[in-house]
Amino acid sequence: MESEQFNKSSEIEPTAPVIEPGHTFASVTDKISAIVLTQRTPRFWYVGFGISFLLLMILLYSIAAVLTIGVGLFGIMIPVGWGFDIVNFVWWIGIGHAGTLISAILLLRRQKWRQSINRFAEAMTLFAVACAGLFPLLHLGRPWYFYWLFPYPSTMGIQPQFRSPLVWDVFAVSTYFTISLLFWYMGLIPDLATLRDQARRRFARFAYGMLAMGWRGSAIHWHRYEMAYLLLAGLATPLVVSVHTVVSFDFAVGLVPGWHSTIFPPYFVAGAIYSGFAMVLTLAIPLRKMYGLEDFITLRHLKNMAEVMLATGLIVAYGYFMETFMAWYSGNIYEQYLMWNRIFGPYWFMYWALLLFNVLVPQVLWFRTVRARPLVLFIIAICVNIGMWLERYVIVVVSLSRDFMPSAWGRYSATVWDYGVFIGSIGLFFAALFIFVRLLPMISIFEMRELVHDTEESQ
Amino acid sequence: MAEFDGPDALLEASRRAFAEGYRRMDAYSPFPIDGLAETIGFHKTWLPLIVLIGGIIGCIGGFYLQYWTSVIDYPLNIGGRPLNSWPMFIPVTFELTILLAGLSAVLGLLALNGLPMPYHPVFNVERFQLATRNRFFLCIESADPKFDYEATRRFLESVAPQGVYEVER
Repeated sequence: MESEQFNKSSEIEPTAPVIEPGHTFASVTDKISAIVLTQRTPRFWYVGFGISFLLLMILLYSIAAVLTIGVGLFGIMIPVGWGFDIVNFVWWIGIGHAGTLISAILLLRRQKWRQSINRFAEAMTLFAVACAGLFPLLHLGRPWYFYWLFPYPSTMGIQPQFRSPLVWDVFAVSTYFTISLLFWYMGLIPDLATLRDQARRRFARFAYGMLAMGWRGSAIHWHRYEMAYLLLAGLATPLVVSVHTVVSFDFAVGLVPGWHSTIFPPYFVAGAIYSGFAMVLTLAIPLRKMYGLEDFITLRHLKNMAEVMLATGLIVAYGYFMETFMAWYSGNIYEQYLMWNRIFGPYWFMYWALLLFNVLVPQVLWFRTVRARPLVLFIIAICVNIGMWLERYVIVVVSLSRDFMPSAWGRYSATVWDYGVFIGSIGLFFAALFIFVRLLPMISIFEMRELVHDTEESQ
Repeated sequence: MAEFDGPDALLEASRRAFAEGYRRMDAYSPFPIDGLAETIGFHKTWLPLIVLIGGIIGCIGGFYLQYWTSVIDYPLNIGGRPLNSWPMFIPVTFELTILLAGLSAVLGLLALNGLPMPYHPVFNVERFQLATRNRFFLCIESADPKFDYEATRRFLESVAPQGVYEVER
């Protein structure tokens, strides 16, 4: 009975395949490695990299200004001591989470569709975490003392305060960056070997050969490789949950209303996955179009990612609803005022824009036709990216601007240097991604071969 | 070394080679093939144990680091609260466990595989370039006790490969 129902629904809406039929081991290898080795760089790349590089220059200029003149260039002041700097930090770290989720969690769940998107998603994670890492350093009053956060044998005889989430952040983000880097590089080794063997120019062969470390595809090596991949995926899964939990603790251990809430860890993690998948869609849709990769990143992938976005968006919406409900239910005047302030206070525009972008707009994803239209998905993904940034802004700035004592209330407005570092970090992210797309295979070649093999076997 | 154009052909040939008594051999493929390593006689890998040991070192090391800094080296009297505030030490302990376990996974993988190894005799075969594209190879080493140039060559030719090549040192 049930199988009849399944058959019926697949007649009405045939699911797009995970990889378009008609590919062989050779064709997937050639198509993906050609992008790096032989194909002409498309104009899209030059335009994109050019703009990103300009933004990167803005970043460097802004950083130089902040380091030489001081953190007063930012709009932060008492009472709002955290502004764009921490908003951007949390936003970038959140974006990074989708890469690890796709690589690690979907691997453990045996979801084959992850195989064509995991490579550039992992690269996205690396660059997002790198961008995120800038901000805790820059927001320090004396950034040159950042190393005091690490437990090193200090001549002053002091040690960091391990009971603080700020120190936990240091360990969590460093671990996350290292593990992501290892995972990404390990995944690249067999593909670097492919590039080494396919490359015609001497320098390319030498460079890829050195990076591939002499990988030859030995069955024994593959056996250990698969084991290591699985183990790393198993390690990365709790890691990704813990990293954003630790970031949420930055707020949750604080006392101000709107921060001191136990819903923060799951709320932040769901939000991270939400914004991360939005960024993966933002990247996947143009890349597949510009490089002709629709055979590998099919409508099925876009549909699945849209569904993950919808699901996590609903969790985030639940978080918003719970905050509001608990503020009222608690009977605590400070909590209640916080919600009133968010809805009607000076930053009401941010809050309502947040609800529009994060809660309302993604609801169109309930419709199947929407999930199959790349352009619409792209627009929704951009909206979610903006919405998640606004969420961090609302959490950080609104709670700090009006807390317990009205005489201590204040406002925050970002300066041009805040914007400079923010837009510049976007430039850094995209510049790094463009370089990655140009020099390394953006889809995992050996996993695509596995997919071809599995598709052949199942037929 | 024999070349094949599909994973099933390679699996079949490896099985027959193992049945013939060859032990020092290796199979090469552009993607991991289920069961291939077992077919050529490789069973146990030390990698999970290495990762476990790495994780344990990370865990104990991480906790001890915090204990030592907070209780012994630089104790801070914060309202008379216990110096060994172990619930607050859990996040860093967890992160260091994952960090060391992950590092040992990758470094252990590289070490056990003997990588980086830029040179290997199999690269001397021109066709071996396709091992990272779409061809599958089975290589029987001359160090194998059953190795005899003519007999092994005839055996490899009998498993219907696409080609048989000699690998120079």
